Amino acid sequence: MLENKLVHIFASMFLKNFIEDVGRYFTLMGMVFRRPDNGKVYWEAFVRDIYALGVKSLGLVCIISIFVGAVVTIQTALNLENPIIPKYYIAIATRESIILEFSPTMISLILAGKVGSNIASTLGTMRVSEQIDALEVMGIKSASYLILPKIAATLIFNPILITLSMFLGVVGGYFAGSMTGMVSTTEFVEGLQMDYRPFYIVYALIKTVIFAFIITSVSSYYGYFVKGGAVEVGENSTKAVVASSLILILANYLITQLLLG
Amino acid sequence: MIQVTGIKKSFGDVEVLRGIDANFYEGKTNLIIGKSGSGKTVFLKCLLGLHNINAGEISFDGRPLSEMEDKQRRELRLELGMVFQGSALFDSLTVEENVSFPLKMFANMSKSEIEDRTNFCLKRVNIADANARFPAEISGGMQKRVAIARAIVMNPKYLFCDEPNSGLDPKTAMVIDELIKEITLEFNITTVINTHDMNSVMQIGDNIIFLADGKKAWEGNKEEVITTDDQEMADFVFSSELFKKIRRAARMEQGLR
Ligand SMILES: Nc1ncnc2c1ncn2[C@@H]1O[C@H](COP(=O)(O)OP(=O)(O)O)[C@@H](O)[C@H]1O
Ligand SMILES: [Mg+2]
Repeated sequence: MLENKLVHIFASMFLKNFIEDVGRYFTLMGMVFRRPDNGKVYWEAFVRDIYALGVKSLGLVCIISIFVGAVVTIQTALNLENPIIPKYYIAIATRESIILEFSPTMISLILAGKVGSNIASTLGTMRVSEQIDALEVMGIKSASYLILPKIAATLIFNPILITLSMFLGVVGGYFAGSMTGMVSTTEFVEGLQMDYRPFYIVYALIKTVIFAFIITSVSSYYGYFVKGGAVEVGENSTKAVVASSLILILANYLITQLLLG
Repeated sequence: MIQVTGIKKSFGDVEVLRGIDANFYEGKTNLIIGKSGSGKTVFLKCLLGLHNINAGEISFDGRPLSEMEDKQRRELRLELGMVFQGSALFDSLTVEENVSFPLKMFANMSKSEIEDRTNFCLKRVNIADANARFPAEISGGMQKRVAIARAIVMNPKYLFCDEPNSGLDPKTAMVIDELIKEITLEFNITTVINTHDMNSVMQIGDNIIFLADGKKAWEGNKEEVITTDDQEMADFVFSSELFKKIRRAARMEQGLR
């Protein structure tokens, strides 16, 4: 009885907030996609955001990609220790897992953590310190000025990050294979060229762009509407990361069904 | 002049403003005083259009807010300047970029004109050699000055200040009050200031509205603060023993008791 009641209460709380959240999210998006008051000022914000949200993630993405590429190759090699299966299959498997899932999905998830919390805490701080009110008083469409450049920056820069990640992941596999002696460089290169489907890269980049939009818009939502002070800013950046990661995973499933299923 | 008639504002069930009438005059420092939580900030944000009011009317030199189209409201925004309680400087921009920001966004000016206007305003608030610094790198008093410079850069007709000297030492607080007063006279601005600072009341209180329980509980100027018989108002302004003594002495001088 009590359990049923609790479940009921939690469900109604979650659903009520959920519907409210979705409604406010779309209202915010309506406020974001407005004609800029001044293209030049927006451009300056865009350049700052490319740096803060994109360029600053380069190092992390590079290091993770090289090492995961290496690990994927080694593990595939260990699992394919069957003399009848040719070694170049290791390269094919590495290529497919990096291009299809690791780079677009896992790197996007990592960016949801890094970029998402950055966006939510930046906007949240601006909200509680009345900087957003200051923009509004000046007659500036604050949601549009603050969020539109961030969305543009990540939609453009995340595909660059992910492409780089694919390349470095394969490079990591190439070196790991030869250094451990599990697959020679000629076999690896042979495998890379075999049965290669350019559509997979297109598919990965479509996912990346959709994920970038989810990360930036959802995190902006949690930052822009913070109420309270520093504690709430912290809470909301955690919520931003959790929500954008969950939505991203769900979207990944749907896109995969749609494009490859 | 800003004319406020019967404005009400609630958040959910909480009625913060319960029908307030007030006039704020041109070239004067108009003060809104009241305890913490009495609704001063909410009142100011209603005037600025940051909160929608539930009832009443706000009229800017004969232009009622309720009759304005979106376009007219946007134009009105350009006539408003605001100094927020915590200064609210944009922390990703330098001092100079903060002040020039509204000009870059809206003014039809060349780069050098923008630079001149920015430096004029910074000089007016006595900020020198801080153009390239970030808000986090300057003192609270300097942040307030920069916030004032940013608020007047578009040459506003109306200036709003939310507790402009909170968090400042008494000397700096007085200097900031004087600065706002001078600017108000110099550019003939209708200035509205929130404060709970007794010094500000006595120094720059041209026209004072006292808020209590969501209503206007008293209205007058700094001379009338001394002579008033309104006990609630007197208790609020002259809260400490020292201030009470000062008030008694001042009243004796005027032949009151
Ligand atoms: N956005 C809001 N939502 C709900 N309640 C609010 C909001 N802003 C202010 N209040 C409430 O209104 C009252 C007056 O607040 P405020 O105007 O900040 O007081 P003051 O500036 O005089 O110290 C407080 O009780 C506060 O909790
Ligand atoms: Mg206040």
